[in-house]
Amino acid sequence: MLDFVQQLVSGIALGCVYGLIALGFVLVYKATEVVNFAQGDLMMLGGFFAFTFIGILGLNYWIGFAGAVAAMALFGMLAERLVVRPILGYPQFSIIMATIGLGTFLRSVAGMIWGTDDFKIETPFSQGVLRVGSLVLAYDKLSVIAATIILCALLYLFFNKTALGTAMRATSENMLAAYYMGIPVKRVVSIVWAISAAVATCAGVLLAPITFIHSNVGLVLGLKAFPAAVLGGFGSIPGAVVGGVLIGVIESMAGFYLPEGWKDVAPYVVLLLVLLLKPEGLFGHVMRKKV
Amino acid sequence: MRFLFKTDYEDDIRLFPHSGYVLSYGTLLVLLVIAPFVLSSYFVSQLVFVMIYATVGVALLILTGFTGQASLGHAAFLAIGAYTTAYLQQFNVPFPVYFLAAGLLTGAIGALVGFPALRLQGIYLVIATISFAFIVEEILARWESVTHGNEGMRVKAIQLLGTAVSRDSPAFYFLCLGVLTLVIVGTLNLLRSPTGRAFVAIRDSETAARSMGINVSLYKVKSFAISAAITGFAGCLFAHKLSFISPEMFTLQLSIEFIIVILIGGIISLHGAVLGAIFVVMIDPLLTYLKDDVPGMIGGLAATLGAGSERAGHIQDSVAAFASANGLKGAIYGVIIVLFVLFEPLGLYGRWLKIKLFFQLFPLYKRATFKRQKIYVKSERNR
Repeated sequence: MLDFVQQLVSGIALGCVYGLIALGFVLVYKATEVVNFAQGDLMMLGGFFAFTFIGILGLNYWIGFAGAVAAMALFGMLAERLVVRPILGYPQFSIIMATIGLGTFLRSVAGMIWGTDDFKIETPFSQGVLRVGSLVLAYDKLSVIAATIILCALLYLFFNKTALGTAMRATSENMLAAYYMGIPVKRVVSIVWAISAAVATCAGVLLAPITFIHSNVGLVLGLKAFPAAVLGGFGSIPGAVVGGVLIGVIESMAGFYLPEGWKDVAPYVVLLLVLLLKPEGLFGHVMRKKV
Repeated sequence: MRFLFKTDYEDDIRLFPHSGYVLSYGTLLVLLVIAPFVLSSYFVSQLVFVMIYATVGVALLILTGFTGQASLGHAAFLAIGAYTTAYLQQFNVPFPVYFLAAGLLTGAIGALVGFPALRLQGIYLVIATISFAFIVEEILARWESVTHGNEGMRVKAIQLLGTAVSRDSPAFYFLCLGVLTLVIVGTLNLLRSPTGRAFVAIRDSETAARSMGINVSLYKVKSFAISAAITGFAGCLFAHKLSFISPEMFTLQLSIEFIIVILIGGIISLHGAVLGAIFVVMIDPLLTYLKDDVPGMIGGLAATLGAGSERAGHIQDSVAAFASANGLKGAIYGVIIVLFVLFEPLGLYGRWLKIKLFFQLFPLYKRATFKRQKIYVKSERNR
C-alpha cells in the first residue's frame, strides 16, 4: 500500500510536467488550431535558460526563474513571427512539418551550445522531504504539483474571464470573423505563443530537479505530452492537466507493477485505445454542424 | 513550347504524354544502367541508398501526397520489412519468397493500422502513427526470441540463382533499380486507375468523395496497405544493404527523414520522392565535405584577404570546430524543413516546374502564377 501511494505521488508529479507541456499544446491549439510539435523543445530551451541564469550566472532561483520565463516568452513570439505566421491557415501537414523542423533545430542548437550532458538546477526545494506517517514525499515533487494547480487555475480564469481570453477563443473558431469583429488576430496569436512558451519554461524549470535537463529531454517528454493532450481532449485546458496526470500515473504504475518495457509503451497503448474508443477525449466536446 | 491537344480520356491518363518523356526517361534509365560500371563504388553505394529512400518516398507519397493521410510511422513499416527478412533468412528461405513475405506482411500490418486510422484525421492520425511506431520499436527491442533485442540481427548476402549477391555488387544495385522502377511504374498505373483517382478525391475533399459514391474507409485502408507493403519491400533491401539491423535504427528520426524526403522533393508528383531521396542521402557527404575541405578553404581565403597567418589559422580552427559540432546535421535539417515549408511548399519538383514555365512563357512569365493565396482558417473542429 505504501509503495502504491509512493508510486502514485511520483506518477502525479511526473504527470504534472506532462500536463504542463500538454497545456502549452492545448493553448496554441485552442487559439490557432496549430499543433506545436516543438513544445517539448521549448520546454528544454526554457530549462537551459534557467540553468544558464541560475547555475552559470549564479542568480537567485526566483530571479532566474522569472528571467527564463520572460526570455522564453519573447522567444515564443519570435518563433511565431518567423515560422508560424507566414503559414497560418495552410494545411495541418505544413504546420506540423514546420514545427517539427523548428524542434529539430532547437534541439540540435541547444546540443551545440550547452553540450549533450545532463544538467541539474539547484532549487530551494531540492533538499527537503515531507513525512506523513511513514510516507516520504520530496518537496521538489510537491512543488511541481502545486505549481501546476496554480498555473492551470490562472490559465482557466484567463481564458474564460478576460477579454483577451475570449478573443483567443473567438480567433480559434473563425479567424476571419474574429478579424471582422475587430480582434487583432496577429497580436492574439503572438500572445498565445508567448504564454505557451512561458508555460513550457515553467515545466522545464520544475522538471529540472526530477529528471535532469539535457538536449533531448524535449523530444522524449514532448512526445509523452501528446497522449496527455489527446486523453484529456485536445483543446481543453483542465483536460490537458488531467490527461497528463493520468499518463504520468499510468507510466509510473506500469513501471512498478508490469514487466520491464511496459513503462515506455503504456502511455501510447492507452493513447491508441482512447483514440479508438473515444477520440474526443475525456473533456473534449464534439461540435457538429447541422446542415 | 509544346502544345498537347487532348481529345479524349485516353490522352488524359497516358503514362507518357508525349515522345519527349520517353526520350528523357529512357536516357535517364540508360545512364543509371551504365552507372555502376563507370562510377566509383562509393557513389554506387550512395545511389543504392537513394533508391531505397526513393522507394519509401513513393510509398509515403501514395499515402500522404495522394490520399492526404500524414504518417510519422513509416520507420516502423521499414523495420517490419527488415526484420521479416532477417528472421526468415535464418531458415534458408529463398530470397524471392522472403522478399514477397516482407512486403505482404508489412502490407497486412499496414491495413491493420489503417482500420483505427479511419476515424482519425490530421493531427490525430499523426499522433496515432507515432504511437504505433513507438510500440513497434519497443516490441523489436523486447521480443528477444525473434528479434534478438538490442543486440540486433545480422543479415546475410542475398542468395539468388545459387550465387551470393554481395551488398556492394552491381547486381544488388540492379536489384534496387529494378524494384524502384517497378514501384514507380506500378504507382503511376495505380494513380491513373480508379483506385488512384479515389485516393486523390479523398485527399481533396472527403465529403465530396463520399457523395460521389467512393467507399472512403475501404480506400483509406487500401492506401495504408499499399504504402506499407512498398515500404516493406524497401525494408528488405535496406536490411541487405546495411547487413546489420537493430531497433535503434528505426526511430522517429528515420520517420521524420522520410517525411523530409517527400517534403523537399515535393508532394505533387512522384518526381518528388526521387529528388527528395537524392537530397536526404547527399546531406552526409555534404557534411563530410564541410568538415574536411571548407575550413581549409576559408582559412586560405582569410589569409589571401590579408589576415595574418596566425589569425587565419584561428579562423580555420573555429570553422572546423563548428563544422564538426555534434548537432550540425539536425540543425541543418531543421532549417531546411522550415525554409521549404515557408518558401517552397511544392518542393524541388515545384521549383523545377517554375523554372520550366519561366522558359516556356519567357517574356510573359508572372511570378504570381504560383503565389499562395491568403487563407483564413475556420475551425476544423466544426465538422
